[in-house]
Amino acid sequence: MLTSTFTKIFRTAAAAGIAAVALTACGEPEPATNGAPADMRRLTAEQYRHVIHDVFGDHIEIAGRFDPLVRTDGLFAVGARKAPITVAGFERFYEKARSIAAQVVNEDNRAVLLPCSPADSSAADAACSRQFFEGVGIQLYRRPLTENELETAVAAAGTVADELGDFYAGIEFGLTGLLVTPNFLFIIDETEPDSSSPTGVRLTGYAKAARLSFLLWDSGPDQMLLDAAASGDLHTAQGLEEQVERMMGSKVLLARGVRAFFEDFLDLEKFETLEKDTTIYPAYTINVAESAKEQLLRTIVHHTISKDEPYPGIFTTRETFIDSHLGRIYRIPVTRPDGGWEAYEFPEDDVRSGILTQMGFLSLFSHPGRSSATLRGMAVRELLLCQKVPDPPSDVDFSLFNDPDAPSRTARERLTAHSTVPSCAGCHKITDPIGLGFEHFDGVGQFRTTEQGAVIDVSGDVDGVPFDTAKGLGQAMAEHPGVPACLTNQLYSYGTGRAPQRDEREYVRWLEAGFAESGYRLRALLRDIATSDAFYAVSQPDRPSDDVRSASLEETTNTERGS
Amino acid sequence: MSVLLPKKTTRRTVLRSMMGGGVVSLSMPILDCFLNDHGTALANGAPIPVRFGTWYWGMGHTPERAIVPKTATSPGIEFLDETKALIPHKDKLSYFGNFNMPLDGRSNYTHHSGWVINRTGSAPEAGGDIPAPTLDLLIADVIGNGTRFRTLDVTSVSLARENYSARNTYNRAAAEVDPVSVYDRIYGPEFADPNKADFKPDPLVRLRKSVLSEFSEQSKDYMKTLGAADKARMDQYYTSIREIENQLELQLQKPEPNEACVVPQRPGAPEEDEVIKVREMDSVVETHKIMSKILAMAVACNQTRVFNMVFTDNFANVRRVGETFTHHLLTHEEAIDAELGYQPLTYWFNVRAMEGMATFIETLESIPEGNGTLLDNCLVFASSETNYARLHTIDGVPVYLIGGAGGRVKQGMHVVGGGDPITRVGLTTMQIMGVPIQTWGTNSLQTSKPITEILV
Repeated sequence: MLTSTFTKIFRTAAAAGIAAVALTACGEPEPATNGAPADMRRLTAEQYRHVIHDVFGDHIEIAGRFDPLVRTDGLFAVGARKAPITVAGFERFYEKARSIAAQVVNEDNRAVLLPCSPADSSAADAACSRQFFEGVGIQLYRRPLTENELETAVAAAGTVADELGDFYAGIEFGLTGLLVTPNFLFIIDETEPDSSSPTGVRLTGYAKAARLSFLLWDSGPDQMLLDAAASGDLHTAQGLEEQVERMMGSKVLLARGVRAFFEDFLDLEKFETLEKDTTIYPAYTINVAESAKEQLLRTIVHHTISKDEPYPGIFTTRETFIDSHLGRIYRIPVTRPDGGWEAYEFPEDDVRSGILTQMGFLSLFSHPGRSSATLRGMAVRELLLCQKVPDPPSDVDFSLFNDPDAPSRTARERLTAHSTVPSCAGCHKITDPIGLGFEHFDGVGQFRTTEQGAVIDVSGDVDGVPFDTAKGLGQAMAEHPGVPACLTNQLYSYGTGRAPQRDEREYVRWLEAGFAESGYRLRALLRDIATSDAFYAVSQPDRPSDDVRSASLEETTNTERGS
Repeated sequence: MSVLLPKKTTRRTVLRSMMGGGVVSLSMPILDCFLNDHGTALANGAPIPVRFGTWYWGMGHTPERAIVPKTATSPGIEFLDETKALIPHKDKLSYFGNFNMPLDGRSNYTHHSGWVINRTGSAPEAGGDIPAPTLDLLIADVIGNGTRFRTLDVTSVSLARENYSARNTYNRAAAEVDPVSVYDRIYGPEFADPNKADFKPDPLVRLRKSVLSEFSEQSKDYMKTLGAADKARMDQYYTSIREIENQLELQLQKPEPNEACVVPQRPGAPEEDEVIKVREMDSVVETHKIMSKILAMAVACNQTRVFNMVFTDNFANVRRVGETFTHHLLTHEEAIDAELGYQPLTYWFNVRAMEGMATFIETLESIPEGNGTLLDNCLVFASSETNYARLHTIDGVPVYLIGGAGGRVKQGMHVVGGGDPITRVGLTTMQIMGVPIQTWGTNSLQTSKPITEILV
């Protein structure tokens, strides 16, 4: 963690012209790493939206779908590093580019979004075009356009303007072109020689700025960060630290970045295809689903960023937010007349505390018509503890434990039956003792104490720590050493777009130590990552044939795997 | 300004494309018998192209309720109650049973290995792994040029990721899930009605194409600095650009008159509803009907020659109103009814799937083309990922080949695999569609034996 003392060390070192060595709060220097080969990541859908809105304004509509990414090593951000642009995917990008460009130059927006007016709006104006493309180009490409790139855009705009007799049509066509180039659609690790690096190369200042900006803000660099890149400041410890502090000072943008991480980390994309049986759960509507996801994210951001409380507290905090949609299901009166979001604290004796007892988690990891101890247990294991639950065996005959004469009434009875089959028992022992702890909540997260007339027993244990309520389970999670370790690993992977390399293990342990030293403050962890050398370390692009299938896959495209 | 013309697919292109897909061996030129065109011609004398499609349903069949097994290949399929919706179409399809999927020690990744093997000829090494291109794309590389869309991928189950067409694990396009979106994509402003008397190329289209080409050329500088994996991704990027350039180029050309092409009605936008029920089986069936019509006419209107339709996904995330279990969960959790001898609710879903397949056949058949119907000029590879879902068995996964393929195949055949690798069906399919391939598949799935019994 960077403390004020540490800041002084940096400044002293910088003033003395010597390389600063990053230290954690407990004083251990950052272990050296070589990084990974420079490559490129496709923008995620959210990153694309954020960049466009940051450059042109939130009023620009971005309609339609994006080609999905493959969740890899537990993150879409890692899958983005392998993602190509398929034919259909390009078609979608092209449609979006045309729509965005048309909006930028329409009569409502052109006066604000173009830095100049043409001498004659019915003809080309190379000077004005150049000014426009220079300005937006650096924001879209996250570096200045080369003269060749700039000339391509200006020439295209000029040809179209002359042919159609419309300067703005030229800008529209040129901007469309920029928005479908790989320089925009991929975050590219551009490198430059660096004799001080063990790999002989380093990210350019602009590439460094992009990596930092997408980590903290889930978008491209702003002008100040681009300026720091241009001046070389980002290659100095002090310059980098100043930018990190500045960016972390923006509550709104940092919250956006943290939301983006947790959306990926918790696999909240599943909400897009979440569906519940409305005869069983009539209260569960589209609005409820959207609010349930929002509640999760608001709780996490409020706890970790706004209040800067320890990360494990997200599993125990009674503080949250509700709106009128959730109020109906939680049976909590919402006082705001417009039904909008308001802070709420569950009473101390309430059955709920922490994100695992919120509707978002409980409904997301359930079946359409019932709860699922297995899916919930698996989500805790895989998402929050970074443990891989093996795929179910393919040759199980479920009839062995489906007794039509004595049907199971509760999830525990059903899963106990599963555990009688040795090939099932292995995995169910991993997931069910946790997942059964949530059984007081049905498939959409409504509280219950019985299932089919039988009293529900929610006792269980997390890796030997017993609990007898969902709140107790949350407490066990908050104290589980795997929780901060998993977050550290995944946050670093998210920022770099890859799982830590073999030579980064010590570095990740160093991050974990810093995280612990900070009292598990997410802000501190973000700062440690963002100011570390390892986060920006790269080697030469991987020249030999690279097996695109070598990544560890985590197939999450199916919403149902277990029972 | 340069204007790139559509790139013609050369034999070298085909070779290059296919070698990326695992072990294949090629023979050129294509065997004449596979180009034997018994079909009819269009009014202007041009031969009717043969199109290819896939149709997918999850969870296979109920044992002993679908097709009466045979011991040897012969004409005639004996349909049982689960497949009775197919009886009216018995002379328009062939059934392939008793083909196996040897795994050579690899795991059976449940509900994944089956479709991957069936469509790529290779067993996956991990859950989610797609080790080689799917056969629809290999076919599209050969017949997909000259139309606006190399493939059209749609699903009625509203899961865009569940498209069983991919170049590899990461190169997998999303399926269209919304009838309005897919309609607008096909029949929107870029659609040129072939039967409209007046045709004026839109000057904006020419400009768009030209600008796209310029930016594409400019981006190539970057290729020099890339690693091998990124180069492959950039190759895909440039392929994608060329496809869009081709689309734009086609918009500049007057399409041939085409009596079969009748632009369908735009589907109504879904009613605003607070409730999400797109995966209730009734909704799936309705969406499938609408999507089928849109897709079939896109084929008839020569917008694509390769299409993929997913009725239900490989995990069958579909449900019946009021049931706590989805179709998939029912296959595992539902008890076998002692009297009936099968799982009745699971069976109910399986019957809906076969009715869906019948609907799809009827839709293709409802479009007259030449002296026959669109179905006569299509070959549809219909399959699932499992034989018996309750046990996740993949040996004996059912496959149907539907349509006349322009007179290249015999229909109404029951083909008995006798334990041969299921890749024989895929190999035969690709050869019928003109893919210059003699061997397909890897390890024990590799085969060089097409199923000659179904060839005309």
